[in-house]
Amino acid sequence: MIRNSKKSKAQLPQISTASLPDIVFILLFFFMTVTVMKNKNLLVENTLPSATEIEKLDKQDRIIEIIVGPPVKQYTSIVGTKPKIQLNGNFAKVDEVGSYVLSKLAEMPEQLRSVAIVSLKIDKKVTMGIVSDIKQQLREVNALKINYTTFEGDTFNNLQ
Amino acid sequence: MAIKREIPEVNAGSMADIAFLLLIFFLVTTTIETDKGLNRMLPTDEEGSKIKEKNLFRVSLNAKNEILVEDTLTDISFLREKAIAFLDNGGILEGEEHCSYCRGERNKKSSDNPKKAIISLSNTRETNYGSYITVQNELVGAYTYLRNRESLKMYGISYTGLLDDYSNVGLSYSDKLKIKEKIELLRALYPLKLSEAEINTK
Repeated sequence: MIRNSKKSKAQLPQISTASLPDIVFILLFFFMTVTVMKNKNLLVENTLPSATEIEKLDKQDRIIEIIVGPPVKQYTSIVGTKPKIQLNGNFAKVDEVGSYVLSKLAEMPEQLRSVAIVSLKIDKKVTMGIVSDIKQQLREVNALKINYTTFEGDTFNNLQ
Repeated sequence: MAIKREIPEVNAGSMADIAFLLLIFFLVTTTIETDKGLNRMLPTDEEGSKIKEKNLFRVSLNAKNEILVEDTLTDISFLREKAIAFLDNGGILEGEEHCSYCRGERNKKSSDNPKKAIISLSNTRETNYGSYITVQNELVGAYTYLRNRESLKMYGISYTGLLDDYSNVGLSYSDKLKIKEKIELLRALYPLKLSEAEINTK
């Protein structure tokens, strides 16, 4: 092999690193385009359940998000450990859900209001009581299109 | 000439470092969006139509996350099978409501027709949300299974395959319309009637 002779070793051409910035820039642009900035902090734990029969959610502009879960550690001393609803970065009571959805709908352009979907991001350890209350609230304000947002995966994992 | 040669080259050696820094920043801030889930329609308040008991498939979840199908304790792994058997029963043997494409047992005590069959899902306040989603998933899975079967028979491609094709960006508008027609036809054969509200029977 070339390694054996010192002469040929000296003749080895240097690998050009001139294209390295280009490669890194391509990666950079990829991540810049796919990145969705985290616009709010999660105040609650939010491990979604998994499901297999899932459909893709529509575009982000017609989605109203409701997050439910037990509060994260730093807030447990203030609000307790019971599951809480998070709307737009704040803790909220159940009866605030309806008016929140209505205010979000009012912010939307008119043509989107009829196709708006409420995305329920609910921690899998939460009990159905609070979920039923939220569903009742949504029915009262006639926001009937909902989506139980889940991860893609084996659904039997939820049972443990 | 001599002056021209003295113009220094801009050192681009640190460009890679700068780009790396930016790259790492975006890597760290990137969150993978969970934009998938189970779509459902909530029932309206004034849903009063009465249906026959045999067209109703009752699934309930109790506080211990056990599944009761028609009041008998059932393991989750059999739920999809049972739901398929119920939906695909086609109990009416002739006439307008006869289901020609059903392959079920034609049991008179079970559902008349997939278009009439309703699955009712109820739960207690103590039921775990994870179990609830699992049950929802299995029930939707039963519908998908039946739609896949009919789709393969009619078009040679599965229903889920059609859905994938429909969301494919590369297709022309007319192709998409054709696929949409097929999807809607399959949905009409096995309409998803999954109710989360209390239902009164005759």
